[in-house]
This record gives sequence, C-alpha cells and structure tokens, in this order.
Amino acid sequence: MKPEELKYTKTHEWLHISGDAAVVGISDHAQHEMGDIVFVDLPKVGSKVQKEKQACVVESVKSAFDIYAPVSGEITEANTKLSDEPALVNQSPLENGWLFKMKISAPAEASDLMDWNAYQEFVKTAAH
Amino acid sequence: MNDIIKFDNKLSIEKSGEGKRGFSFKKAAPKAGIPQGAARTTRPRLPELSEFDVVRHFTRLSKFNFSVDTHFYPLGSCTMKYNPKINEEVSSFDGFTHTHPLAMDACAQGTLEIIWDMEKRLCELCGMDAGTLWPVAGAHGEYTGILLAKKHFEELNRSRDVPSPVKNEEGTVPIHSDRVNRDEIIVPDSAHGTNPATASMAGFKTININSAPDGRIDLEVLKARITPKTAVIMLTVPNTLGIFESNIAKICEMAHANGSLVYMDGANFNALIGLVKPGELGVDIMHLNMHKTFSTPHGGGGPGAGGIMVKKALIPYLPAPRIEKKGGSFSVNEDLPLSIGRIKAWFTNTQVLLRAYAYLLMHGPKQLREIAENSIINANYIKSGLQDLFPPYSREYCMHECVLAPSKELTDKGIRTLDVAKRLLDYGYHAPTIYFPIIVHEAIMIEPTETESKETMDAFIAAMTKIHSEAQKDPEFVKKAPHTMPVKRLDEVEAARKPNIRW
Amino acid sequence: MFISNTETEKKEMLRAIGAEKFEDLIKQVPGKFLGSRFDLPEGLSEMETYNRMKELSLKNRNLKSFVGGGAYERYIPSAVKALISRGEFLTAYTPYQPEASQGILQTIYEYQSSMCALYEMDCSNASMYDGSTAFAEAVKACVRINSRKKILYASTMNPRYLDVAKTYFSNPEYEFTAVPAENGAINPEKLKAMLDESVSCVAVANPNYFGVIEDVEALAKAAHEKGALAVCVADPLSLAVLKTPGAAGFDFAVGEGQSLGLPLSYGGPYLGIFTCKKEYVRQMPGRICGMTKDKDGKRGFVLTLQAREQHIRRDKAASNICSNQALCALSAAIYCAIMGPEGLRETALLNNHLANFAAEELAKIKGVKLKYGRPFFNEFVLELPVKAAELREKTACKEGVDPGLDLAHLGKGFENSLLVCLTETKNETDVLNLKKAVEANLAVEAKI
Repeated sequence: MKPEELKYTKTHEWLHISGDAAVVGISDHAQHEMGDIVFVDLPKVGSKVQKEKQACVVESVKSAFDIYAPVSGEITEANTKLSDEPALVNQSPLENGWLFKMKISAPAEASDLMDWNAYQEFVKTAAH
Repeated sequence: MNDIIKFDNKLSIEKSGEGKRGFSFKKAAPKAGIPQGAARTTRPRLPELSEFDVVRHFTRLSKFNFSVDTHFYPLGSCTMKYNPKINEEVSSFDGFTHTHPLAMDACAQGTLEIIWDMEKRLCELCGMDAGTLWPVAGAHGEYTGILLAKKHFEELNRSRDVPSPVKNEEGTVPIHSDRVNRDEIIVPDSAHGTNPATASMAGFKTININSAPDGRIDLEVLKARITPKTAVIMLTVPNTLGIFESNIAKICEMAHANGSLVYMDGANFNALIGLVKPGELGVDIMHLNMHKTFSTPHGGGGPGAGGIMVKKALIPYLPAPRIEKKGGSFSVNEDLPLSIGRIKAWFTNTQVLLRAYAYLLMHGPKQLREIAENSIINANYIKSGLQDLFPPYSREYCMHECVLAPSKELTDKGIRTLDVAKRLLDYGYHAPTIYFPIIVHEAIMIEPTETESKETMDAFIAAMTKIHSEAQKDPEFVKKAPHTMPVKRLDEVEAARKPNIRW
Repeated sequence: MFISNTETEKKEMLRAIGAEKFEDLIKQVPGKFLGSRFDLPEGLSEMETYNRMKELSLKNRNLKSFVGGGAYERYIPSAVKALISRGEFLTAYTPYQPEASQGILQTIYEYQSSMCALYEMDCSNASMYDGSTAFAEAVKACVRINSRKKILYASTMNPRYLDVAKTYFSNPEYEFTAVPAENGAINPEKLKAMLDESVSCVAVANPNYFGVIEDVEALAKAAHEKGALAVCVADPLSLAVLKTPGAAGFDFAVGEGQSLGLPLSYGGPYLGIFTCKKEYVRQMPGRICGMTKDKDGKRGFVLTLQAREQHIRRDKAASNICSNQALCALSAAIYCAIMGPEGLRETALLNNHLANFAAEELAKIKGVKLKYGRPFFNEFVLELPVKAAELREKTACKEGVDPGLDLAHLGKGFENSLLVCLTETKNETDVLNLKKAVEANLAVEAKI
C-alpha cells in the first residue's frame, strides 16, 4: 500500500478503507520509534473495538505499546503471520506487517483522520 | 570479571554423565506403593553429576557475577548496602531453621517473640501504630496495604448501611458521611512500576499525575485529580528522584479532608531511618523492604521481606494471623473477623526477618540516624563530584540517591546512558539504575548507600570521568562496551522473539 | 561497624559538596519533622547480638515431628547450603545487567529447565513467593485468558492455598465453588456434573491435603471438555514418582518448592513454582530467563519477555511481583542437580515407603484407623478415638514427639483426624517410637 492511500491517527495507526472494510497497521514512523518489535498481541476475530480504544498491543524488548482502533467496528481478521514473525511490522509496516482487518460500524468516524500530508506535518511538529 | 577462571557457559545437563550420582541414601530403593495408573512413566531430564561436579559447576557460575561482596553496586532505589555476615550466621541457627510453620505455639516461642518485638520496634521507628510482617516483598506489601485500604472503605460503606455508630472511628483517619465507591488510586508519574501494577491488581483504576518541574508533586494538579472517588494517594518518600516531598503534610491534609488515605512506598526509607518518622508526616499505610533498608541480602532477586505499618484505624483489617503476647508467652491468633485474610500460606520469609532483626538489635537510635546521615552525605558527594559531566535532574541537595543524565557533549556523539552503564562494568562497577524514573530522559540513578567508603566513591567518580572523556574521543568503543565481561552485549530481540527458556 | 566514613572524611565530603554541616543537606525536610525521639534500646555489639539470637533460637523447641500439611522436613545436602552461602550469589541483585550477571542468569535458566522436567510442562518462570501465591496467580492467569468468572476448586486442596487465592481475588464478581470430596478424593463424575461454560478453571492438588493421590488425568479432562482451564498444585518431590501435571494435561501447574532443598524456618523463605503450557507463556507473572547469543555469537542469558512485567507495563502488568525468591530457586536448581533423577526417585520412594509402613503400624493401635482407604504419597489421615489436638499436646509434652497435624480447622467430622507425614528424615525406629507414644497416651485416655 502506498502511504498516500492511507488515513492516519494521532497515535500513529494507519487505516485503509474500501467500502465498510478496513485494514489497520502502524506507520513507518511509529515502527521506527518503537524499535525492534518482538511480539504482537493480536485482537480476537469477532471482537468489537471502539474508536480510540485499545485494540491490540505491540511489544518491543523494553516497552509495550497500545494500538488503538482508528474507527469503531468488528475485527474480521488478525495477521497471524505476526505470531511467528513480529519483525514484519518493522520490515514492512504498510504491507506484510498489517495488524488486523475490520468491518467499520460507523464510517463517519473516519472523517477526522489525517491524510498523508497532514500526518507528515503532524509527525514533524510533534517532534519539536 | 575474573581472568583466572575461564568463562564456561556449558549447562549442567551438558556435563551430565549417565549413572553419575551426587547423593544416595545407600540403601536399596524401596518399592513404591503407588498404583500403576497414578505413577510417573518417564524419567525427568535432570543432570546426572557427582557432588563435586555440581560444586564446581555452581562455584564457577558464581564467579561470573557482580555482587555487593565483590563490587560497588550503586543501583538507585535498590539500597545495595553491605549485608553483615552475622545476620547469616544467627538466622541459620538450628532452633530457627528446624521449626515447622505449623509447630505448636509453645514450640515456636523464640521465633514468635522476635516477630512480635520486631513489629513493635518498626512501629516506633516509623511512627505508626501497628504492623504486619507477613508480606515477603515490597510489592507484596504494597498489595497488602492497598487491600487494607479497600477493606477500610468497604467497611465504612457497610457501617453506613446500618444506623449503629461507626465502630472504627477512634483512628486518625477522618471519616466522611457519604457512601461512595472509591475506586481510584492517584500515583505520580515518577512512581515505581509496582505502584500502578498493585493498584490494578487490587481492582483500582490508576490516576497518573504529572510531577512539577522540581520533581515534586504538583499540588494544583493533585487538587484537580482528588475526587470523592479517590481511595488512596500512593507516594514514595523521598521520591524516586531522591527528593523529599516537602509538601507531604499538605498532601496528607488534602487527602484526609477528602476521606482518602495516603500510602507511602518505603523503598527509599534508608534516607529517613532514625531521622524522620513517616507516621508524623501523616501517612496512613507504608511498607518497608527488609532487603533494602534492613541489610538482608538480595539473593540475585530475592527473597526479600516487606512488612507494612499502619495507623490505628486500619488495625482490624491486618492480614491473618496476628501474633499476640499474653503474660510471658506468644501465640498466633487466627480469629480476626475483619481481617483481609491470608496473603501467603505460611508465615512470612521468616529467615529474612531474622537477619533484619539481628540488624535492628545492633542499631540503637544513634546508629540508625547514622545510616540516614551517611547515605545522604554519600549520595550528595557523588552528585557533586559528577555534576559537571553528568548534569543532575535537580540542582538542590538530594537525599539518599541522585538522578543524573549524560551531558550534551556525550549525547551529541550518540552516547546513551546504556553505553555509559555498560562501560562501567569494564571498570568493575555495577551500573546504576538506568532509564528510571521514566520522567527523566536517559536517567542514571545512583544510590551509593551508607556503607560505601569515600575511597570507593572517589574511584567511581574517577571512572565516570574517564568514561566521559573516552566517549568523546572514541564513542564507538564506548558504544560497544562492555569489553571485559564473559559475554558482549546480548541479543535481547531474538531472545524475546523466539524464547528459549529451558533445556 | 558497617559504616566506613570517619568524622574527618565526613567533614571533607561535606566541604566538597559545599555544605557546612549535614543539616544543610536536609533543608528540604520541614523542620517540624526532624528531631523526633526514638524510643528504642541501645544497639548491641555483634557478640551480644549473637548471644541474644542464640538464646532466642533455644526458646524454640524442636520435637521429633510428623507434621507436614504443605511444608516438609527434608534432608538438605551440605553442598546446597555451602553453594547458596557464597557471597557472589547471596549479595547480588536481580540480573538487570546481563553481561555482569551471567552466573545468576544461567542458574535461573537451569532452575526453569529443572522445573519443566519435573512437572513435564513447557515453561517455568524464575519463581514466585511461595506455592500459595503461585496458585493464586495461576488462577488469575486463567480468568485473564478466558474472561470467565467461576472457579471450581477441589475441597481436598490445602485450605490455606484457597484462603490466599480468595484474598487475591478481592473482587466479589469472581465466584469460588468447592467440589465436594468422596472418601478423601474428588470423583471426576461429580466434577463433571458441576462444570458448565461459565467455569474459568478447575483447581486440584495432587497429592491432596490428605496425602491422597487424585485421578488427575480424569479431572483435567473433565475441565477441558467444558472449555475450562485446569490448574494443578503438585509437590515437586512427589513428581519423581507420581504422574505429572504435564502428562495429565494441565494448563498450569504450580507447587511449593520448599521440598527442594529449603529449611522449614517457620514458613519461609520458600519457593513458588509456576509452570504452564507454552501457549500461555505471556500470561506468566514475574521474571523469565532466556538463552540467547552475544554480538560474537557466544551463548549468553538474559531476562526476557519483560513487557509483561510491572516495570514496563505498569497498571497493565500481569502481576505486580518484582522481588521474587531467586536464592531459593537457586537452592532448588542445585538440589535437583545433586539429587539427579535417581536421587529424587530414591527420596520419593523412601517417603512413600515410610508412610505406608507408618500407616500400617499406627492402624494396628486399638481405636485408631485410617480415615481413607486410598493410595497416598507421604501423608495419611488417622481417625483417633480422641481429639487430635489433645493427643498432639500430650505426646509433645511427655515424649517430645509431635505426631502430626490436627485437622480440626477443617470443621465438623475432622476433630479426631490427625494428618501424619513421613519424610526421608525419619526411619522405621522413629515410626515405632511414634506408635508407642500414641499408644501410651491413648491408653491413659482410656483409663480415665
């Protein structure tokens, strides 16, 4: 996926929407800041998630990071490849390192997410 | 670390030889009276070694290890003081070690007397009304303390359901008349990780509050977060920056006016011992760490012991059992209707308490104060010796520990606290606590304790100074440290991604 | 004594700090809190301390004791005591700097491996406080995993373990229900009847509090049939000869490691053994050591999977445990290495043999019988014609023998029940002397 095709949260998750289905992952900036990912605690398929509430957890050696759902909905698939290869999140955050797929319940919630340009700007200002 | 003994990382199981024995009763093994379906069918995969093989294996392993006996160990918040040898000898007397936890009270009078007397002495030392020496670690004490608070509020609510007068009102804890569900615990961002973990383990919500720029609790922030839902404010005194919470009296007042309790994490009690009574500050519950303040050895991570001290109002809820003195004899009382219950199957880490008790016996009021005095002088001495190269978080005098960070000259070269810590190992010093408290960027937290000599601290300051200059001249060399340990930096990423945690 | 600084050095240091006197350093402490009086005795010298402690130790009276009930008198090989007394182990801290702690770390790895071998489980942590807190944490892990609220426990478990678990579950939304016993053990069919989809886990002990061997495999199977998890408390020494929790299919297995080289010491320090199946490794509380490589590819050890722990996860940690029982785990690792598979088996068989011999002999006494007709490991319950507590007091006073634990705390029907324990520290003569002591005191009773 190209970064331009994605929407972003202030907590550095990305969201790719097609219809009422969506894919969620973390940005390249986020994986870089987290360092080597050693484990992804994937969400249960069928569980409901709420916008800006914790959906899963990504762990590095010395830290754990909560990953928040960019929009509300139901988990339809988790990237089980990450169980054996958590490094995919580092190597390919936008492609093979996606975290989960979901069915969006409130599409309007996506409207306040940032586009690629806004996100880049956000990362730049947040660093200072 | 030790040039003479070559590092050998073979596992005991890899040295195993079939049929070797380290122990035998020298009798034919009797037949088992165990029915077939209930018996083990496999042989456990344990090493087969002679006794001498075992002794050499573990003695060698002991050599690949820093310890207080062998190295300066300035770990902040851990109080790695000298562990007197007399403690080891007296705690191992047969009379103590052979006593079963369910022995009749009449057969355990010596141990019971010690625990009873120790509780009394610690109450006096802390300015508290009663205590329990059940908890076996600081975190276990925290958990016990927070359960007491929980029970206290439950009982208050229960007493409000019936019109009879509140029984528990003679205590120092002011009681509010409204019935509320207090499910929040306020914890400052500089707290030990165990504080929020304890709060959530006991079913409370943690309310984190940011510290003021000087590292103390921001009274305005605290005021905004105290609500009728606040059960407890958890504080560390002195805090993890080594700074005394000067507004403590005001904080306790605010808490009590709101009907909340104040819990003090006593991990840093070494700064206060014989100097300040926490009870007089206004705290309601506190824990002590025998393996920090009271000189019992850390044993590579434990066992510790962590008694808690409380104010009068909380006494009825203390964990079961309690030791009581009647006439000249001591007994174990299990009949405590309001107690939070049992927190461990048997009495505490008794042998650890015996060590701490021996230490208490040797310290009268004068010697106790000397502990605090020297721990504070030593910490300030290191701080002032290093402050130009490793700027401290706070310029004011510290208590028993100080928090520093690498100077700009170092960070500009890409040198991180971790690199400094690893290089220290090459100089024969255990690293200080690093990256804690989390509110200080690249924190280096140093606690020399009272038992280190000026000579050792001078040498430590010299080593840190040398590392500072090395880091500027040859940063790559420092980044690759340690160079003299049995192993180089270890791959922690692979260890966590593909855990290999057994043979 | 323990402080090195002389008065001169203190002055020098204060000068270097830029303070005139010590009091300048503590100006941050409000004056009203300084100057408290401490009403404590003067400090003793080392020699006086030695003498005082000796005197106190002699106030404990160590009888010939047949008391078990979860803590056992064991023979501890001298090498175990010698090795754990080494200052390099004793006075080290948690191995947070792995390069300077390879010794301790490797011993933790060996401990974890030995526990996995004994319990036949996939993973072990580096230790918990004791068997009871390990049990409470295992039950907590179960409710975290399946979010169910009901806990079924065998009524044949050590009641103290249950007490602790209930304290650890201070939240009333969790419901603890006892599975009743039949003739000293749990009937798997009865358990099945009590199970449904709301049950988070089934907890059993083997051998149980009465020393009786349970049908563990059937109990674990029954739990799994209803999607519940299964937790087993097992004495590690018994596992040299008894079916292991791993072989029986348990998800979590815990135990009191005191049996592996630790003295009784009136309750501690002991050792909480915590093991589980590998799918639950991240639900384990406390420290875990892992093997890895250094930059040059050389074998080394580190603490791993730390993101579960309080110093990282804070309020979302699996547990608040920080200090554990590392030195006790080291004792256990050394004990296992010295005993080896054969030594452990020999010890376990000796325990079992002596217990069977004692049961047979004691049941010959008039009016005394075995309460349960089931196989046991090293403890059994006697039904006496008198209150067990009374017998205990009499034989203690007259013969200096503590014949066992009175089970009156279990309530109605247990007033006359005595739990007798045999370990390798006793022999046939001790058993016959015990028999004589019991006989003598029951006979006196009969005359009155």
